[in-house]
Amino acid sequence: MASRSTPEINAGSMADIAFLLLIFFLVTTTMDIDTGITRKLPPPVEDDTDIDIKQRNVFKVLVNSADRLLVEDKPGDIRTLKSQAKEFITNPTNSEDLPEKRLETIDYLGEVEISKGVISLKNDRGTSYEMYIAVQDELTKVFQELRNELSVQHFGVKYDNLVNEDKRNAIQDAIPMAISEAEPENVGDN
Amino acid sequence: MARFKKKKEEGQQRINTSSLPDIIFMLLFFFMVTTVMREVTLIVKVSPPEAVAVQKLEKKSLVSYIYVGVPLKKQKYGTESRIQLNDSFANVDDIQDFIIQEREERDESERKFLTTSIKADENTRMGVITDIKQELRKIGAFKINYSSRKVTEKDVM
Repeated sequence: MASRSTPEINAGSMADIAFLLLIFFLVTTTMDIDTGITRKLPPPVEDDTDIDIKQRNVFKVLVNSADRLLVEDKPGDIRTLKSQAKEFITNPTNSEDLPEKRLETIDYLGEVEISKGVISLKNDRGTSYEMYIAVQDELTKVFQELRNELSVQHFGVKYDNLVNEDKRNAIQDAIPMAISEAEPENVGDN
Repeated sequence: MARFKKKKEEGQQRINTSSLPDIIFMLLFFFMVTTVMREVTLIVKVSPPEAVAVQKLEKKSLVSYIYVGVPLKKQKYGTESRIQLNDSFANVDDIQDFIIQEREERDESERKFLTTSIKADENTRMGVITDIKQELRKIGAFKINYSSRKVTEKDVM
């Protein structure tokens, strides 16, 4: 009896079992990072006081239920929306029809011209979400590009790569995300 | 020369594989820990629209999700876009309660960082989304995120 030792369990297949489990978790793991367009909603308005904004300071974008654009009272195209909006915000020629600018001193940046322009976005209840996001995306790109340009000019890195919180805030102050969404109205057929 | 010959006689050395299971287990545990099982089962079809200028949604624990889309079981629930909160269909009026509930689940200090992510299907009409946004404004959940898939500029063109 002494010669018979306790039989050892064959551990050779242990690796296979572990592999099986590993593959299961590899397959089920979703490493997707949630991405999206972040927006801040305005607080609800109590009274219907219209805030007067000069016509030249507003860039109107309307999307109807057929997903067509009306940009500044003219039929628009999603492909040209970005350049139109960018030209509006920057007002490179200091045109009379495009928004005013105010000079302000911001830490890290010194004196900068801040555009008073506001992009007003209005959509119909029948607009498709896809189109709405496409428009929002184009408008976001405008501000992203402007912020990147300013950031590269002052700090040599793109805005997204800025680590310093103060510098980020400075850029944000210089180029505020001026997208305003109109109060919903029930117009047209749904 | 004899010394060299001796070595040859030993033949090829086998790599010790007894630690292979341990390595595999280590990998296994890594994936087990990082795996996030989907918390809710989707009962609406959500295929988010594409966008270029997207931001990453950080701190997933501080995000509450609102799903909007066509029900998966069309025969039973119709083809109209519906809102899904947690595991069931909901109406626009339920959103305020949902946000209050989400807030109560979080720490007092974290509440103001709570973001609402709207995961809507690209074919949804804006009417539903607008209603949701109005409800969120009423309850004071101002930080929102329109969930969209990141694409690069080239894909769009």
